[in-house]
Amino acid sequence: MTASSTSLRNVLLGNRFRRGLLKTVYIYSALFVYAVLFLLPFYWMLNTSLKEPLRVFQIPPDWYPNPVVFRNYLDAWVSDRTDIAAEIPVYNYAKNTAIITVNGVIATTFSSALIAYAFARMDFPGKQAMFLGVISTLMIPFTVLMVPQFILWKNLNWLDTFLPLMVPYWFGSAWNVFLLRQFFMTIPLEYDESARIDGATHWTIFSRLIVPLSKPALGAIGVLAFVFFWNDFLGPLIILSKPQNFTLTMYLANFSVAFVRTTPWHLYMAASLTIISPCLILFFFSQRAFIQGITITDFKR
Amino acid sequence: MAATATAGRAIRKAKAQETITAYLFVAPWIIGFLLFIGGPIIVSFVLSFFRWKVINTPRFIGFDHYAAMFTTDDLFLHSLGVTFRFVLYSVLLGNVIALSLALLLNQRIRGIGVWRTIFYLPAVVSGVAGSVLWAWMYSGELGIFNNLLIAVGLEPQAWLWNEQLVLGSLVAKSLWNIGVPMVIYMAALQGLPQDLYEAADLDNAGEWTKFLSVTLPLISPVIFFNLVMGIISQIQTFAEPYVMTKGGPANATLFLGLHLYENAFHFLKMGYASAMAWIMFLIIFVLTMGQFGLARRWVYYEGQSS
Repeated sequence: MTASSTSLRNVLLGNRFRRGLLKTVYIYSALFVYAVLFLLPFYWMLNTSLKEPLRVFQIPPDWYPNPVVFRNYLDAWVSDRTDIAAEIPVYNYAKNTAIITVNGVIATTFSSALIAYAFARMDFPGKQAMFLGVISTLMIPFTVLMVPQFILWKNLNWLDTFLPLMVPYWFGSAWNVFLLRQFFMTIPLEYDESARIDGATHWTIFSRLIVPLSKPALGAIGVLAFVFFWNDFLGPLIILSKPQNFTLTMYLANFSVAFVRTTPWHLYMAASLTIISPCLILFFFSQRAFIQGITITDFKR
Repeated sequence: MAATATAGRAIRKAKAQETITAYLFVAPWIIGFLLFIGGPIIVSFVLSFFRWKVINTPRFIGFDHYAAMFTTDDLFLHSLGVTFRFVLYSVLLGNVIALSLALLLNQRIRGIGVWRTIFYLPAVVSGVAGSVLWAWMYSGELGIFNNLLIAVGLEPQAWLWNEQLVLGSLVAKSLWNIGVPMVIYMAALQGLPQDLYEAADLDNAGEWTKFLSVTLPLISPVIFFNLVMGIISQIQTFAEPYVMTKGGPANATLFLGLHLYENAFHFLKMGYASAMAWIMFLIIFVLTMGQFGLARRWVYYEGQSS
């Protein structure tokens, strides 16, 4: 900021009060522009999903649905489909996703908490090295593991079953172990010590003391896990091949393939919106848990 | 004497007990690591030296796969380049936007919860649903982006069918999902000590100077964290190209993950895909280590002398 432009601004704006006002206007306009950009895709999804089929292909497109066609939601899930998968009721995909998600949330939260407890509260030979092992697996992306794991599932005859999408999560996940360990370490050690004097075992301390005190952190891990499992695509894609085993994300990715002519975008958007709604609802009702889950990390480690 | 010896034995026994209990607690991790991470990685290393198409018996071919990656398979290096460019732009721009939003939200404004919800929301619809939605918005004559361009008198674009443009279109989509780094930046900004700002005010420092010389150094560990996590997650980008472009046009969006997926699960070249996974792992390893090395030069850790 040069001297001349500063003085120009002073001339234009006069006193400090007005300058503060201008800054406020800047901030709110910037936020407003960003908000429009971030919400536009959601609005477009909702708008398209409620349009009359013919009006979806109108150029230029309408900015609001007229008439509003709620029937699209019914059609997206039942009729108008010509593929083999259409023989399978859609609730079946939802059921598959729900099984994998519920198992995943419980499995990863429980097992990660157990492992994190040992790293936060117990002494054992090889602890440092093992914890370093946990941290370093954070770097291994699934893309690297998918081929080796696929070979394992093939040899176990687990392909096209839910087992590969359920069993591994009972063995802790590096990220959750790390986050929960950080959180457990913030709980004062005196609590454990007084419990130990009363003769409590580690299991008692874990289940009666640490877990109840860590409800917010465990909830945070849980909601983030829910969104992960619900949206997971690559995992199910390489494991599941029979249509009756497909998950919702696989159904969505194959959606347009099912139609002979052009993609019925109104139905596609109706299906998308229905599929993301559990995540949206969960987010609206447990925002604090989401925010906390993301920010438990201690950066000044 | 006898009493202390007994006590010593009791303590040793208690310690052994503690060790056993501890191992029971971490057993899931050890078993899981051996079965699902370490074991498969070693098996795939061995397999990378074999030609194996799932149905036949593996045949040893030495380093042929590794050599092929850099010679006969033109698409490997190409997909590496595509992934690098995408990760670079998506992580850098994503962090700029996430940080600027966090800074805006840190300015004592009204309805902070509502704003935060709006900016975080897309993060819960990443993956297939988000990709389908953006493919629709990017579509030719019917897409909202082209119609907005036409409305303001500009030429419509072939967002997903123009080789030059398509990667940029995917980067733009990825910028919609910056909720996680934004929330992390918000938490970091709220934890900053106010006294440094008061000192800067006494020196009549402007907003920009305060940002550069107080805020930025103080949050540099958080920036570092977000960059590392961003790279690790973006390098795995799969659903977006799979759903929106299938790697096209002319392989312009053939990401490493997609190339690996096709080799492994379409062409069933398990040995070759294993070799690729290993190279990918090495790249990520070098990249992350390199970042930690570089971090010493620009990340400021409070209360740390070294």
